[in-house]
Amino acid sequence: MKFKKILIANRGEIALRIIRTCREMGIKTVAVYSDADMDSLPVKQADEAVHIGPALSRKSYLNQDAVIAAARETGADAVHPGYGFLSESTSFAQACQDNEIIFIGPSSRTIARAGDKSAARQILIELGIPVIPGSDDVIATPEAACDAADQVGYPVILKAAGGGGGRGMRIARNQKDLLGAFSVASAGAGAAFGNPALYLEKYIEKPRHIEIQILGDHFGNYVHLGERECSIQMRYQKLIEEAPSSFVDEPLRKQLGSTAISIAKAFDYTNAGTMEFLVDKDKNHYFMEVNARVQVEHPVTELVTGIDIVKKQIEIAAGKKLGLAQSDILLKGWAMECRINASDPTDNFMPSPGEITSVIFPGGPGVRLDTHIHDRYMVTPFYDSLIGKLCVWAPDRFQAVRRMKRALDEFEITGIATTIAFYKKVFENKRFQDGNIDTHFLEHMVNL
Amino acid sequence: MGKKIHTITSPVMGTFYRSSAPDNPPLVEPGQHVKETDIACMIESMKIFTEIRCSQAGIVKQILVENEEPVMKNQALMEIELD
Repeated sequence: MKFKKILIANRGEIALRIIRTCREMGIKTVAVYSDADMDSLPVKQADEAVHIGPALSRKSYLNQDAVIAAARETGADAVHPGYGFLSESTSFAQACQDNEIIFIGPSSRTIARAGDKSAARQILIELGIPVIPGSDDVIATPEAACDAADQVGYPVILKAAGGGGGRGMRIARNQKDLLGAFSVASAGAGAAFGNPALYLEKYIEKPRHIEIQILGDHFGNYVHLGERECSIQMRYQKLIEEAPSSFVDEPLRKQLGSTAISIAKAFDYTNAGTMEFLVDKDKNHYFMEVNARVQVEHPVTELVTGIDIVKKQIEIAAGKKLGLAQSDILLKGWAMECRINASDPTDNFMPSPGEITSVIFPGGPGVRLDTHIHDRYMVTPFYDSLIGKLCVWAPDRFQAVRRMKRALDEFEITGIATTIAFYKKVFENKRFQDGNIDTHFLEHMVNL
Repeated sequence: MGKKIHTITSPVMGTFYRSSAPDNPPLVEPGQHVKETDIACMIESMKIFTEIRCSQAGIVKQILVENEEPVMKNQALMEIELD
């Protein structure tokens, strides 16, 4: 089958990103928008646009009934959920199916199985896939937490079973820490995710966050598109990503790639997905979680593989065969991404919504900018702080670093605080330039 | 002599919430006595929730914003009549 019209159930840069590929494929697009996004670029660029509610996400972009109604009303064959919002909602994926609209992503069953971290971990342990040593089950009492910690050894980390993106995590270096962390984490997880269940893991010191992009079709064909290194994080939020990773050699890449595909098979995974790993200094890798959607940082993989991941998502959802063998995937050169956020590095990264009075975009050789901002654009406080993704490609890492510095120097946003100036400092840092990074790099750099 | 009033303002542009979660009761009610360390309300900006403390002890005199209403940076949110 071929899609004639796709509804994009998202906003901002990712909505624009998806519209761009649809237009290149000759597929009509429908944007949906809240009161806050009435004049946004995705609304202008899409063939049609449907208003779905007020600014608050809960009443618009998370309103499943409104999105489904918009898809039915415009006759869309499929819905692309982007990332965030409804992208990993099992009920939304199911609602699409019930309404005979194709959800561009994995099945609701796969999303549910991969999303329940405790259950997912159990499935993978049984398959012999390395996971971080920890409690096999959710931890119900402080005593159980202490027993589990004694088994895996301190330091340990407590995580919310229903959480994600680093929210609700607590580190404990001894039993006293752990007892305190347990009560706080348990209360926090209940309030934030409506699910107070916690599990406990060994805390890996100085790890790298390495993830593998995979694609799988409906005929059991899988490929991986190599790794992304996402160790440059602040409070578990990724800020800078690159592909490939300077730490991953060919044997490790092969090993991570085949592990990622085994995980995909275990969940009957279809469409694009990401398997996240922690890799310690001795190159031991541990599975963390599945991201059952297109990821923010997908462009760095596109830049080194030449594959349009959104296009592949659409083709797979339409029932096309992958048409790629692992030997077709060749990584060429080096790509890096800086997430341009409306947050203030001089004020503890506090959100900085407001009007962009003017903007000058970087360009030139090897520069890709995915953004929905423009002169006089109002950055509202209703959604996340990502206002653009500045990516560069170069033949090697050294040249990619220089190119990113040049592009950051060209990029000028006035009216609101952004992370641009902060990234200039990161790219001047010798340790960063040498690729000597781990997930704590930024905290150390900021505290220096 | 009138009592001194402390006005709580928003540190950031965002959405004003009277409770810490949708199903929870409001954090404070008019007429209620509060301590400096009590949380008066929450402001959500760009998916980040900030707890706003009363910062002075007294009686909640007036709540100036409706739940879930947008607020500007430095906008007055509540008035507390100091002890």
